[in-house]
Amino acid sequence: MSHKEDLAQMAHLMRRAGFGATREELERRVAVGYESTVEELLNPPEDDLAGPAGTFAMLTRYHPNTLLPGGVPTLGQSSWMYHMINSPNPLVEKVALFWHHVFSTGNSKVDNCDQLLEQVDMFRKFGMGDYRTMLVELSKNPAMIYWLDNNENHRDAVNENWGRELLELFSMGVSNYTEVDVREASRAFTGWTIAPKIPRLPYGRFPWKFDYREEDHDDTEKTFLGHTGNFNGEDIIDIIVREPATLRFICRHLYNFFVADEVQVPAWTIEPARDEEALGTMMNTLEESGYDMKALLRVMFNSDFFKEATYSKIKSPAEVVAGTLRLVEDWNMPRPGIKDIGLQPGYMGQSILDPPSVEGWYTGPEWINSGSLLARINFVADRVADTSLSGVQKIIADMKSEGVSTPGELVQASLEHMGFLELSPETQEQLLGHAKGGGNLDWSNEAATGTRIGEVLALVGATTEYQFG
Amino acid sequence: MTSTQKDPVLVVLQLTGGNDYFNTVIPHNDPLYMDNRPFIKYPLEDLIKVDDELSFMPSMGPIKELYDQGKVAVIHGIGYPDSPRSHFRSMDIWHTCEPDKVGIEGWAGRVTQQLDPNKENVLTAINFGHGLPRALVVPGVPVAAIADLSTYGVLTGITDQDQRSKALDLFARMYSPAIGAGAVTDYLRGTGMDALKGADVVKVAPEMYSSNVEYPNSAIASHLKDIAQVYLADLGTRIFYTQHATFDTHAGELNAHPILWREVSEGITAFFDDLHEHGRGDNVLMYLFSEFGRRVHDNGSGTDHGAAGAAFVIGDKVNGGMYGEYPSRKAEDLEQGDLVPSYDFRGAYTSIVEDWMGMDAKPIVNGDFEKLGFL
Repeated sequence: MSHKEDLAQMAHLMRRAGFGATREELERRVAVGYESTVEELLNPPEDDLAGPAGTFAMLTRYHPNTLLPGGVPTLGQSSWMYHMINSPNPLVEKVALFWHHVFSTGNSKVDNCDQLLEQVDMFRKFGMGDYRTMLVELSKNPAMIYWLDNNENHRDAVNENWGRELLELFSMGVSNYTEVDVREASRAFTGWTIAPKIPRLPYGRFPWKFDYREEDHDDTEKTFLGHTGNFNGEDIIDIIVREPATLRFICRHLYNFFVADEVQVPAWTIEPARDEEALGTMMNTLEESGYDMKALLRVMFNSDFFKEATYSKIKSPAEVVAGTLRLVEDWNMPRPGIKDIGLQPGYMGQSILDPPSVEGWYTGPEWINSGSLLARINFVADRVADTSLSGVQKIIADMKSEGVSTPGELVQASLEHMGFLELSPETQEQLLGHAKGGGNLDWSNEAATGTRIGEVLALVGATTEYQFG
Repeated sequence: MTSTQKDPVLVVLQLTGGNDYFNTVIPHNDPLYMDNRPFIKYPLEDLIKVDDELSFMPSMGPIKELYDQGKVAVIHGIGYPDSPRSHFRSMDIWHTCEPDKVGIEGWAGRVTQQLDPNKENVLTAINFGHGLPRALVVPGVPVAAIADLSTYGVLTGITDQDQRSKALDLFARMYSPAIGAGAVTDYLRGTGMDALKGADVVKVAPEMYSSNVEYPNSAIASHLKDIAQVYLADLGTRIFYTQHATFDTHAGELNAHPILWREVSEGITAFFDDLHEHGRGDNVLMYLFSEFGRRVHDNGSGTDHGAAGAAFVIGDKVNGGMYGEYPSRKAEDLEQGDLVPSYDFRGAYTSIVEDWMGMDAKPIVNGDFEKLGFL
């Protein structure tokens, strides 16, 4: 492969395993090599798992209210977006975002962003570990318990919300169990609750804690998916992870999130997978590794089906926002007005930490409607055309040192800086035609040339191709 | 497509999350209400009595006023057999009229397609909110989504007029249909063109609008105000869609449910007041639904997913009153603890599509269903 091809492949990996990368970062990673980069991404320093220390310290120093945003969800959203933009371990954030998509928990009900951020920390910490442990942690996560009302699930008054969604949305998928199984799973999780909350006044919010109440747990016999016993919650999870349906359901989610857009989840019982062979490889890996997410991610990122899956996924709004801001190096330091980075994904249809419902977001082409497409295009265009941003200035300086001059060179260099984007021949021709209208770059007037480069970058960001990740 | 101020217009207001029917239109004489709701009930003295049998829950006062003017039809026991009790499956069924398989076409999208088969007006149907509900999605049928009417346009960051018009010109060429681009890219291109056309047209609405009506401060009231502005600007929009959430009151129902209904009731009243102030109330029909009702017996702090629910049809031309039958609350008549639907939701769509929009409903709702006489 040529150096440019290596860079293009690295750009693909970094879009999927992170939130894209600048030309500078791509060069550095290509020098390290593809598989070594995958290992680097998979093995972040232990200390960084609850949010990279440096990033975190800088944010809390200038925006202490993002640490415990409590009842101000936008600050919580901004906190997570800041980590996506700045984390030196982007895969940790990407995996956390994956689990947030699947284990969708929303502030609309939880009304406590402290607890939602704690859940994100849990995803950071356990997200690349084994899936069984993740489900156990999830069952004990206070935000999740409250979101799906397991604190209202009592020995003598069963609440099925958590039990049902654990099976339907978090592990097996609909039609792989009966209403009786839902009931029995719910009974097994009676007594899994949160400790009584300390009143908010006068000192403010106190952290919620998981609490297991033996006396409220139904310890009698249950029959779940053909197994009978005096099951408790962990026993239910042990049975769930042995089900082939679970293996398929989780791998299909991973494929949809990291590799290529699948049909929406409700159609999974009807439609075959987009790539059954790839899904099979993923399922075997996950099963043989004892549900080790890291082993699965390693095999997936190094596979041919992953490397070939360019332009087969529409970027989620969080990816659009974090990716663009990383590229232009905006928000690499705290400053006033940080709420904006938390609000932007919501304008494009993905209010992070506040999904529309327990089903999470519909992904792929469903991210796109006339309103969200406008929001995406305008957001990207406004940032990449802003020549006051250091990332944009670096792109301009690079073009200058490379001696970019003709409209053809300008378009080519712009596509490379926007992630080695490949356009359809027609679109490339149209963009070139537009660039030709301005003639060759005039480096004697650097301000005007910078503005012109910014405009071409904006138009690249407005293409259909740029909507793919 | 030409349209006039007399064309019938439909506003769909989706109550997302599963509204508690049993606690919305309450059979106040039924001892089974008190029996089944040891915790999650409204005090009888706070109920708004509608007739000898039924009451509205306490924050529906504004809707009761419209009811007394004969402008509200309540449809009882609406639903479909074998409720899956899953939000998204149930919502999908309501949106696609396909209870037995996953449908890809939404009923309101099909109406849009018939209203504007040649796609002459990208604003024929508009969702007010982020994204599109499946009800409005039919592949190839453009539907606009407006999260906020006050900020809407393509490449609005390019301020130089000459530069902007060149950029928009390029945008239009990059997004025009191409052969062999693939389904997703085709969809992207179509959506981009729709956005470009829609933004040009819709920006006149806030400029033209003036009103003395004060909308209350809630998300649903803002959406209804945006709807009023676009409707009053006569842009040919025939279907407006929006939603309010979340009615998923598994817990804390007695806090959340009254607030939700107060916001909905007050928003609707402001909306119709606004239309009447402009003398434009009589060709708008509003339809409210939720994906299911909730379980008859409460769970101590809320109610779980159920089956049969209530729908509401509101407008000047509505024959107000109660329609259909309130399902039996007797223990032996319940199915898995839930009210059994007594009326198929596709019949309500049929009534609206045929008797209001004036088109054949069969291909839209996938079959023949019993109509009600609320129109």
